Amino acid sequence: MAAPQYTIPGQPRPAEQPQAAAVGQAATGDAGAVAAPPGAMGPVTVGEVLANSQVGSAIEGLERDLVGLAPVKSRVSDIAALLVIDKLRANLGMQAQAPSLHMSFTGNPGTGKTTVALRMAEILHRLGYVRKGHLVAVTRDDLVGQYIGHTAPKTREVLKKAMGGVLFIDEAYYLYRPENERDYGQEAIEILLQVMENQRDDLVVILAGYKDRMDTFFRSNPGLSSRIAHHIDFPDYAPDELLQIGDRMLAGQNYAFGTGAREAFQEYLAHRIGQPHFANARSVRNALDRARLRQASRLFADRDRPYSATDLMTLAESDIRGSRVFQLARPTTN
Amino acid sequence: MINNPVGRITQGQFSFLPELTDEEIALQVEYGLGKGYAWSVEYTDDPHPRNTYWEMFGLPMFDLKDAAGVLTELRNCRKAFPSHYIRLMAFDSTRNTESITMSFIVNRPPSEPGFSLVRQEGVGRNIRYTTHAYVTDKPEGERG
Repeated sequence: MAAPQYTIPGQPRPAEQPQAAAVGQAATGDAGAVAAPPGAMGPVTVGEVLANSQVGSAIEGLERDLVGLAPVKSRVSDIAALLVIDKLRANLGMQAQAPSLHMSFTGNPGTGKTTVALRMAEILHRLGYVRKGHLVAVTRDDLVGQYIGHTAPKTREVLKKAMGGVLFIDEAYYLYRPENERDYGQEAIEILLQVMENQRDDLVVILAGYKDRMDTFFRSNPGLSSRIAHHIDFPDYAPDELLQIGDRMLAGQNYAFGTGAREAFQEYLAHRIGQPHFANARSVRNALDRARLRQASRLFADRDRPYSATDLMTLAESDIRGSRVFQLARPTTN
Repeated sequence: MINNPVGRITQGQFSFLPELTDEEIALQVEYGLGKGYAWSVEYTDDPHPRNTYWEMFGLPMFDLKDAAGVLTELRNCRKAFPSHYIRLMAFDSTRNTESITMSFIVNRPPSEPGFSLVRQEGVGRNIRYTTHAYVTDKPEGERG
């Protein structure tokens, strides 16, 4: 009969417990391959670490899929580099402490804050900094309660759901309402702070919002600001970057610019940037959606013509030129 | 002792094994989460086997992805009730199952005196037997 793999309390413990040790190791190994036992023959060059991890592909994916956003990309590369170096350090038995990864994304509307946050969860998961890599996106409503004693359980529940992944708080400045001193937002911030500090390994918090309002928010909550290691500012897109974004959006929806349409769209963007309520990539998406509507009406008008695939996917120059922006722009250019 | 050989109550899963460490608890929780169970934390100071419904420590935790959330709640419960019995329960909400599928004790009082056998003489010298937990002789709040 095989010897039992466990000890009964009160009985003398067996001398060695290989099973228990294996279980413990499996648990710590979950957090990523960082916890290699010191002394084991591990990689000694950056190339070797990159070869047997997904770090390289994570960074490449970011470079490939997102236009512009240089500050974001450089920060992600830094974090990835730290992970690789930490692995090398761990091999030599040096301390490899997980860095604080809480971030704040500030920038104008439509600069890609939410899009990057969605990708960040996946990237951090591939880098091995978060265990599950899911993203929980919340706003003030999900964290702050409606009556006394409601906020704490509500915030804790959201935090528990986000553990092992990324908690993304959109429009985070709404959490703090200085005009109402009995506002429960402050309570949510305090719980958030506590978890951000004590359970750094369990979740990453990303706060996002418009630049000026977030600055005011951080000024009134200095504790929060100092616990966020990465304050990343999203710059506005340059016109040619917006055009690239437009190209990608169309390609993703199986559309393409017809002859002259791309130039017309470039011209459209040049006019649109100067006008009020310009929201970067979001404006591009809206403009293209309206162009698709105009294309649909144009094709709809011709009842008897058989359409080929090219006809159905091409946005003609007239679809772009039909925009109200050109009419608005004309009087000023004349 | 004949009816309490390991000197502690054996209810739920793993109760004949040595205490699970937090890492081992996390692995069990991960297993349950993988199956889509909702975990909850419960505590009591009355170990009687018929004491089925323990006090809930917070609500059951639905939609969790990682064991860290359950362990956070377990740590909070241990802090609040260091010498109570605490158990983790996994609820399977699948249609037609809709019941507890895993349950194990994760915290115990330092000493577990066990149960006494109480005999009650009934009509016609008929004997009724029942078990009685020694700890419940003390008032609530002084047990454990």
